[in-house]
Amino acid sequence: MGNVTSNGIGPDDSGAVQAVLSRHKHDASRLMQILREVQEGLTWLSPAVLTAIANGLKLPRARVEGVAGFYHFFHTESLGRYRVLWSDNITDRMAGNADLMARMCKKLWLKPGDVSEDGLVSVGTTSCTGMCDQGPALLVNYRPITRMTADRVDKIVDLIRKKVPLEEWPSEYFLVEDNIRRKDALLDNGLAPGDALRALKSPQEMVDTIKASGLRGRGGAGFSTGQKWEFCRAAVGTGANAAHYVVCNADEGEPGTFKDRVLLNSYADLVFEGMTVAGYVIGAKKGLVYLRGEYRFLLDKLNAVLEARRAAKLLGQSILGQTGFDFDIEIHLGAGAYVCGEETALLESLEGKRGVPRKRPPFPVSSGYLGQPTAVNNVETLASAALIAAKGAAWYKAIGTAKSSGTKILSISGDCQRPGIYEYPYGVTVAQVLADCGARDTQACQIAGASGLCVAPGEFGRKIAFEDIPTGGSFMVFDNSRDMFQVARNFVHFFVDESCGFCTPCRVGTTLLKNVMDKISDGHGGEYDINDAWRIIRTLKTASHCGLGQTAGNCVADTLQKFRPSYELRLNVRDFEPAFDLDSALSKMREVTGRDDPGAHFHIAHRKSKSGVGAKGGDAS
Amino acid sequence: MNASAPPPKRKLLVATTSLAGCFGCHMSFLDIDERILDLVELVDFDRSPITDIKHCSPNCDLGIIEGGVCNAENVHVLHEFRKNCKILIAMGACAINGGLPAQRNSLDIRDILAAVYAQPGRGVHIPNDPEIPLLLNEVHPLHEVVKIDYFLPGCPPSGDAIWKFLTDLLAGRTPTLGHGLIHYD
Amino acid sequence: MSNESFFLDEEEIPFAEGQTIIQAALSAGKYIPHLCYHPEFKPHGSCKLCTVRIDSRTITTEDGQTVKIPGRAAASCTTPAQAGQHVESETDELRDLRRTLVQMLLVEGNHYCPSCEKSGKCMLQGLAYDLGVMDPHFPQYFSKREVDASHADILLDFNRCILCELCVRASAEMDKKNVFSLSGRGNTKHLICNSESGMLGDTNLAATDKAANVCPVGVILHKRHGFEVPYGQRRFDKAPISDNAVQYAPVKEQV
Ligand SMILES: Cc1cc2nc3c(=O)[nH]c(=O)nc-3n(C[C@H](O)[C@H](O)[C@H](O)COP(=O)(O)O)c2cc1C
Ligand code: SF4
Ligand code: SF4
Ligand code: SF4
Ligand code: FES
Repeated sequence: MGNVTSNGIGPDDSGAVQAVLSRHKHDASRLMQILREVQEGLTWLSPAVLTAIANGLKLPRARVEGVAGFYHFFHTESLGRYRVLWSDNITDRMAGNADLMARMCKKLWLKPGDVSEDGLVSVGTTSCTGMCDQGPALLVNYRPITRMTADRVDKIVDLIRKKVPLEEWPSEYFLVEDNIRRKDALLDNGLAPGDALRALKSPQEMVDTIKASGLRGRGGAGFSTGQKWEFCRAAVGTGANAAHYVVCNADEGEPGTFKDRVLLNSYADLVFEGMTVAGYVIGAKKGLVYLRGEYRFLLDKLNAVLEARRAAKLLGQSILGQTGFDFDIEIHLGAGAYVCGEETALLESLEGKRGVPRKRPPFPVSSGYLGQPTAVNNVETLASAALIAAKGAAWYKAIGTAKSSGTKILSISGDCQRPGIYEYPYGVTVAQVLADCGARDTQACQIAGASGLCVAPGEFGRKIAFEDIPTGGSFMVFDNSRDMFQVARNFVHFFVDESCGFCTPCRVGTTLLKNVMDKISDGHGGEYDINDAWRIIRTLKTASHCGLGQTAGNCVADTLQKFRPSYELRLNVRDFEPAFDLDSALSKMREVTGRDDPGAHFHIAHRKSKSGVGAKGGDAS
Repeated sequence: MNASAPPPKRKLLVATTSLAGCFGCHMSFLDIDERILDLVELVDFDRSPITDIKHCSPNCDLGIIEGGVCNAENVHVLHEFRKNCKILIAMGACAINGGLPAQRNSLDIRDILAAVYAQPGRGVHIPNDPEIPLLLNEVHPLHEVVKIDYFLPGCPPSGDAIWKFLTDLLAGRTPTLGHGLIHYD
Repeated sequence: MSNESFFLDEEEIPFAEGQTIIQAALSAGKYIPHLCYHPEFKPHGSCKLCTVRIDSRTITTEDGQTVKIPGRAAASCTTPAQAGQHVESETDELRDLRRTLVQMLLVEGNHYCPSCEKSGKCMLQGLAYDLGVMDPHFPQYFSKREVDASHADILLDFNRCILCELCVRASAEMDKKNVFSLSGRGNTKHLICNSESGMLGDTNLAATDKAANVCPVGVILHKRHGFEVPYGQRRFDKAPISDNAVQYAPVKEQV
C-alpha cells in the first residue's frame, strides 16, 4: 500500500503511477485501464493521483476526475483496505442477502456505505454480479465470493479483522461454478481450436454464410449478424489511423444473466475464434474484449488462452500461416457500469471516457471505436458465428424456428431446483424450460432481465424466439411465495443505480419512479401515485436516449398489468397521501426542544416510513 | 318572474389563508382594484384575512392558499382547507415550490435554530412552549401535503393574473395564463 | 440551400444536406422547444425537450376503423432531416411530454426564481412559461448543492444546473480551456471544475470566455451584475421564448 495522504502524493505512489502510465505508453484512450491498475496498487484514487495521471496523459484534470467519478468500481475516496460489495439482484435478495449483509455490518460495527474508523473495511451493495445461480454473492476488492451463508459471513469478518491478505483466504470461497445443465449445438460443439478458421472461405463467402445461417445478435437487439458484418466490411476507415475493429461485448450486466461468464470460462477458444472470423470478414486486425469489471477474476485465464492461441498460430501475424491474415485480441476491463453494455457507451468506455451512449447516426459499423468501422457483437453471437463457420449455414439454419435459427443459452435462476445454464434450440416454450429446471408453483418469470418481460402463468405456452419472447438470456423464476411488486421495485432501484444521467427523462424519471415505488411499499401510495407512475413510464419510453431509459419502466408497467393486486393491496384507500412522512418531519424539532406533547406529533392521516434510511429494493421473500 | 330566465347563480364561497408566505399574494389579490366589486358579485368570502373568520365553513367552493408548509400548524390549517373546500388553489411561488422559505432546506434546522437562539455567554435556548408550533425539518410545497387542484404561479402573481385565473375558474373554464401573465417571479 | 424538404406539422420545411430537423425548422422560422441545443454548437441531445415524432401512419383496420400508429420518437436536434419525412411537434402528446420534462428539471434542482439573477431571461423558465407549466407536480428533491464564489468575476450556483453541458462544450470547443467537466452518474451526475481543489477560482476561466456566458439558466453568473433589467422589460417579459424562431437558427456550418 502506498503512503498517500488526502492531498499529497508520496514518492512511492508517484513511481507507481508513472510505471502504469509508461506501461500504457501514456495513451489517453487507455485511461480506464490506467485508473484500474493504479487503483489496484494504491487502493484508491486520491486528488493528487488524479492530477498526476492527467498530467501524464496530457488530459484536462477534470476529464480524468469525471471518468473516475462515473464508474462504481473507481473510488476517489478511500473505501478501506477491504471493499465488500454485496450483489443486490432480486435473486440475491430472495436468497437472503439482506440479513447476511446486516449480520456482516453488525459484526464489523459498520453502517452500509461507511468506512470503518480504522480505515480497514467498507460494506455496500452493487448491481447483479452475474452469480445468480450461486448466490447470495459478493465482491471483495472486486473478486467474487459465492454461496454466502451466515457461517461464511462470520469467517470473512474474522479474516478482515485479522487483515489476512485476499490471496490467503480459503480458495473455495472464490469458487465460481459453470452449472451447465443442458447442452445443445453450441455447448456440445465437438470443435477443436482452429477448426472454424481452417474452414474459412473468402470474406464475401463468409458474409453470405453468416447471412444464410440466419444468425441474429444474442445481446438483446437481435440484429442480423451477417448484415452487420457486411455493413462494417463495406465501410471505410478514416484518417491516418484508418482501421476496422471487432469488439466483443462481454459486459453482461443485465440482472439475471451469466451465460457469457460461462462461455468465457469454458469456451473462450470458441469466442476468440468467432472474433477472429469476424476480423477476417470485416478486414480488422484488432479485436477488443470489453469484459465487465465483475469478471476481473477471468482475466488471467483469458489472457492465457490468448497466449496459447498465439503459440498455435491461431492469433497474431499470418494466422494458420496465411500471409496477410493478421489478427490479435486484447482484453479491456470495465469498472461497474451496466450502461456500458449498450454498444456505443461501451465504445466510449473503451476509449477511456465516461460510459455515455453516443448519438446515432453514425452507427458503430461506420464510426465506432476511435471513429473507425467497428463490429460490436455479444459473446454468444461470436461463439455461434465460429460454430457456423465450422459447420455451415444449412446445418445451423435447420436448428430452431423459421425466424430464429440456432440455439439460445438461458441463464436460469430464482425459484427452481436446478439453476444454471440451459441451451435450447429457439422455439422452446417457457413451460418446457420451467419443467426442465425443476420450477414449482411458478407465478411469474422475468425473461430478458430487469429491462425485459414479466411473464405470467397464462403465457407459459409462449416461445423463446425473436418472433415471440426475445431474450439476451436472463430467465428468473418466481414462485407463489414471492411478491411481484417487490420484484419490480428491486428492478427500479437497479435502474436508478445504473442510469448514466445523460438525458433528462432517465436521469430524473428513474428516481421519480423509485420514489413512487418506495412510497407504495411504505403503504402510502394511492391512485394518484399509480397515475404518476404511468406518466413517468411513458416519458421514459418515449424520450430516453438509449435502451436503458426506454425499458426502465417495463417492469412496473408489466406488473401493474399482470400483478395488479400486489400493488392494490398496498394502496391506501385515500386517493392522495403526502409525499413525505409528516410526523417524522418534526423529528429534529422534537430533538432540539425536547418536546413530546400531542402538539409535537401529527395524529392525522400521515405517512410513516417503514423502509428506513438507505433501504434498497424490496425483499421479495 | 320570467320562467325562461336562468335561475340566479348561487354565489360561490371562497376561503383564503397565508401559510409560510409573506401576504404578498394577498396584497396582490387586492391589486385587482375595482374588479373586486365584480368579484364580490360572484363570491362570498369565508375564512380569510379579509374577513377575519377563523375557521372554514364546511362546503366552501374555493380555497386559495398562499405560502408553503413550514410548521405543524400550517399542516393543520391546510388539512382544514382540504376538508372543507371543493377546489383548492395553490397561489404563488411559496405555495407551489416552497419559495424563499424553502431556501432554508439546504441547511439543517437544528443548526439554524442554534445560530438564531444563541445568546452570548448564555448558550442556546430554543423555545419549547407547547403553544408554539414546531417547525418541519424542511419547508414543503402544498401539493406534497394535500392534493391541490390548481396552481397560480407568481411571486406574487399579478392582479391581472389573479383576475384572469379566477374569472376562468368561476366561468367553469380550466384556468390558463398566457404570455405576460404566467410568471414564476 | 438545397431544394429538398420535409414536413413539420404539415408545413413544408426546406433543408440543406446534413442539417438536423431542429436546425432546418429554426432556420425556416418554426420553433421547436429546446434547452441543450444552441445555435453555435454541435447538437448534444440530452435534454430531450426537442422530442418529435417521425412518420406516424394512419391505417384502416379490417372493421373499417382508422387507427393512428405513432411514428418513432426522436430528439429533433440530433436527427438528420430527410426528404419527404413527416415530423410532428405541436401535438398534445408531445406538449405534455415536454411539460413533464420541464417539471422533472424543476424538481431536480432548486429553482427559486424570485431570487435568481437569471429570472426573466432564463431559458428553462421561458420554456416553462411557453408550455404553460403551472407547477412542478413531482415532489421536490431539495437536493443540497453548492455555491462556488472562489472566482474573482464569476459565481457558480449549482442549485440551478440542468446539466445541459453547454459550458462544458463551450470551454472545450471554443475557449480550448476545458474548465468544466462532468462527474458522477445518474442522479449524482454533477458539474466539476478543472482544478485539484475543485474550485473555479483555481481554474483559468475568464469572464469573457464563451463558457462564462453560455449558461441558459442561472448557474454561471457574473459577479456585480445582478437584476440589472427591471421587471417587465426583461427578455421573456417582452416576448415569449417561441417568438422569432430564426434567432435560434444555427450560425455556422455544423459538423
Ligand atoms: C442498457 C443496455 C445494456 C446492454 N447490455 C448488453 C450486454 O451486457 N451484452 C451485450 O452483448 N449486449 C448488450 N446490449 C446490447 C448492445 O447494445 C448491442 O446491441 C449488442 O452488443 C450487439 O451485439 P449482438 O448483435 O451480437 O447482440 C445492451 C443494450 C443496452 C441498451
Ligand atoms: S436513457 Fe439513461 S442510460 Fe441511456 S443515455 Fe439516457 S440517462 Fe443515460
Ligand atoms: S435558473 Fe431559471 S428556472 Fe431556475 S431559478 Fe433561475 S430563473 Fe428560475
Ligand atoms: S452550468 Fe449551465 S451551461 Fe453548464 S451544464 Fe449547468 S446549466 Fe448547462
Ligand atoms: S435540444 Fe434536443 S435534446 Fe436538448
